[in-house]
Amino acid sequence: MTKVILPELGEGIEKATVSYWYFKVGDKVNEKDDLVELTTDKATFNLPSPCPGTILEILASEGDTINIGQVIAVIEESG
Amino acid sequence: MEFKTLDLGLVDFQEAQDAQKKIFLDVKSGALKSTLILCRHHPVITLGRQADKKNILISPKELKKREIPVYEIERGGNITYHGPGQIIAYPIFDLNYFKKDIHLFLRSLEKVAISLFTDFRVKAAALPGLTGVWINNKKAASIGIAVRNWITFHGLSINIKKNDLFNFQLIRPCGMDITVTSLEEALDKDVRIEAVKEKIIHKFKGIFN
Repeated sequence: MTKVILPELGEGIEKATVSYWYFKVGDKVNEKDDLVELTTDKATFNLPSPCPGTILEILASEGDTINIGQVIAVIEESG
Repeated sequence: MEFKTLDLGLVDFQEAQDAQKKIFLDVKSGALKSTLILCRHHPVITLGRQADKKNILISPKELKKREIPVYEIERGGNITYHGPGQIIAYPIFDLNYFKKDIHLFLRSLEKVAISLFTDFRVKAAALPGLTGVWINNKKAASIGIAVRNWITFHGLSINIKKNDLFNFQLIRPCGMDITVTSLEEALDKDVRIEAVKEKIIHKFKGIFN
């Protein structure tokens, strides 16, 4: 299982808000597929999947604010 | 970080969107270097991800009559207006060659506008928590970006001419009760768009190279 973690986005950025999930639990994803769009300050950015696999868990809903380092999804790695 | 410059001139918003997307894909694939797009837009209202349509203060019918389209786009931020009196800078920059820091990038865009206004001896500032650039507490430049794979798009719009500022009255800019201003209004004299464009390119080079 691979945890998807909100990475460092820049100095002074402690959190970001989930604006859109491109996938749902059970969906298959490829490595580098955009998983989720997040918003911070006047910027939106995408978090790519770290590996190919199936999404087991989504731990932050659209509208939720999450901290840097927080796990936002879990992926069951394939192949 | 090196980048090339592309001046689209006065274009519809959609045309600039298409150009941004094409260049973004080329930068992502490595076919093209980071690129600074400059342009001006025919009147248009854009809604970022944090926008609420309630901040459009006139009816859809009236907008149609005035030929002002509305676009919902993937940039950060709220609502804004663009018109031919502004210069828009869309940096399609690969931050892997600058610094992977979203805040630093936003602050650098503010620096471009502040430094530009300073050249005209107009005092401008960034206000904490209110991304953008302000002259006497009036907004003179707006920022809203999107970042994908650490490549940026959308960007910075700087109010230069004073003659289309009135269109900001059609919206609540940024979803706040703020007043907007422009370089011309601050100087109380006419400014040539072309001369400002050259300065903007120069500022980007100074700050991002």
